[in-house]
Amino acid sequence: MSEAAAGNLFEQQRLNRRRTGWLIAAFVAFFAWLGFGGDYIYALSTAHAPPAAQHHVWWFGIVMLGVGAVVAAYAYRTGPEKVLWATDATELVDPTDARERQLVDVVEEMAIAAGIARPRIWLVPDADPNAFATGTDPTDAHIAVTQGLLDLCSRDELQAVVAHELGHVKNLDVRLMTTLAALVGAIVLVRDGTSRMFWGSGRRVSSGRDERKNDVGPLVAVLIALWILSWILAPIVTQLLALAVSRRREYLADAMGAQFTRNPLALASALQKIDAASLPTTHIKGGAAHMCIADPLGRRLTEHEGVFADALATHPPMAKRIAILQGMGYVQLKDEKNPVS
Amino acid sequence: MSWILLIVIAGAALWLVGAYNGLISLKNQTLNAFKQIDVQLKRRHDLIPNLVSAVRGAMDFEKGTLEAVIQARNQAVKVNAAGPDAVKEISQAENALSGALSRLLVVVEQYPQLKATGNVAQLQEELTTTENKVAFARQLYNDTATAYNTKQQQFPTSLLAGLAKAAPADLWEIEDQAERAVPQVDLSPKPKA
Repeated sequence: MSEAAAGNLFEQQRLNRRRTGWLIAAFVAFFAWLGFGGDYIYALSTAHAPPAAQHHVWWFGIVMLGVGAVVAAYAYRTGPEKVLWATDATELVDPTDARERQLVDVVEEMAIAAGIARPRIWLVPDADPNAFATGTDPTDAHIAVTQGLLDLCSRDELQAVVAHELGHVKNLDVRLMTTLAALVGAIVLVRDGTSRMFWGSGRRVSSGRDERKNDVGPLVAVLIALWILSWILAPIVTQLLALAVSRRREYLADAMGAQFTRNPLALASALQKIDAASLPTTHIKGGAAHMCIADPLGRRLTEHEGVFADALATHPPMAKRIAILQGMGYVQLKDEKNPVS
Repeated sequence: MSWILLIVIAGAALWLVGAYNGLISLKNQTLNAFKQIDVQLKRRHDLIPNLVSAVRGAMDFEKGTLEAVIQARNQAVKVNAAGPDAVKEISQAENALSGALSRLLVVVEQYPQLKATGNVAQLQEELTTTENKVAFARQLYNDTATAYNTKQQQFPTSLLAGLAKAAPADLWEIEDQAERAVPQVDLSPKPKA
């Protein structure tokens, strides 16, 4: 590992810490906007009511701010747990057969190579080969592989895939990705859960508007439209965020994995096998798609680069990743033939 | 004018603290990485007697390979007691053991009837992972030690090396070119000379 690589790692960790912070701040701010926006609309619509009926205390905003903070803290703390639960993973504590034993061994090996604590190991009962890592800290990380991956890959390939995932763990990608997945889940949940409440208050607002139509008119209408729009757009925006943060990271984690194993060709051949098995990974839903080593939804979009794919695919083109890794492998072979020292 | 001087001094002080702490952090990482190798080596030393007794009965014809492993193991255990100052000696003894073990692994690989006994297959995986763990711990140590050595030799930081009591760490080298090569195994049934 060159010094440049080490510097790159610290830079990456710093960026991931900061981005996680921004993500949580934006999440809480969004809740505050929903709350205080609602208050503002309500206040405007009651501005001409007798003083006793006016909306003075912005309790809705305060409550939403509190709810946002609590939900964010809860999502951050229970994120890894929720992701693992959502994918139906079971923890591998006592390996029962040779392949499971091998998985535990390669995870231990790669934890040593990466210089981090051994992560907890989980198995996803799915025939499609895939893997992901989750956790908020390298000291408390989780790595999950599907049964399909375990059945398909050789020891070296399994090791390479695990190394790729530990790359995500070490540079703190997992913290950002897990928080994002948990917040996406929380937003969808909150929207579904409060839509009834929202429609109730919406009716109240509109009835107020009918009475005082002449006084508040267009401003309130625009505000209401904006407010409703944010409720509807929130899940879509968070999804787009999930897409945007994950693609570049895959190249980086591939490189880190190759650095841990010193065997880039094993990861290339593992990716080839994973790519050839084009079944979608049914146990991994959209919310966690950005965390996997290969797109679990089997979207063909992943095959292309360009504006459209850049906007909508969670993963870079597999062929390009394989080509880069093979390039590394050939350089290594050449170096071994003509050793410098 | 004086405030410019003040800023320069403050900047220099900040850099000093950062560079010093960076060196100390790398020094401790190097020490820690060395301890990791130690842990894995102990694991390996503990594993070998089990392994040898498991294959001894089935491998009468490869006595020489087994003897080499036992000897190299005992030598390594002895040298290891010397502690972290003797990186060179330890690495030599452990490299010899690595060579003996990889020859044994190749032998086991060549005899299907040996692999067929469940116990041996299990031990084989155990041995593979132990060897990998030693290799990866060594790789991490060498990477960390190289970063540490580079840092203390590069220019402005080199001025601080004395203050931080930084001395170049020995790398864990594979000295013998023969050990780098893939071990050759004699497949003829007669014992090796």
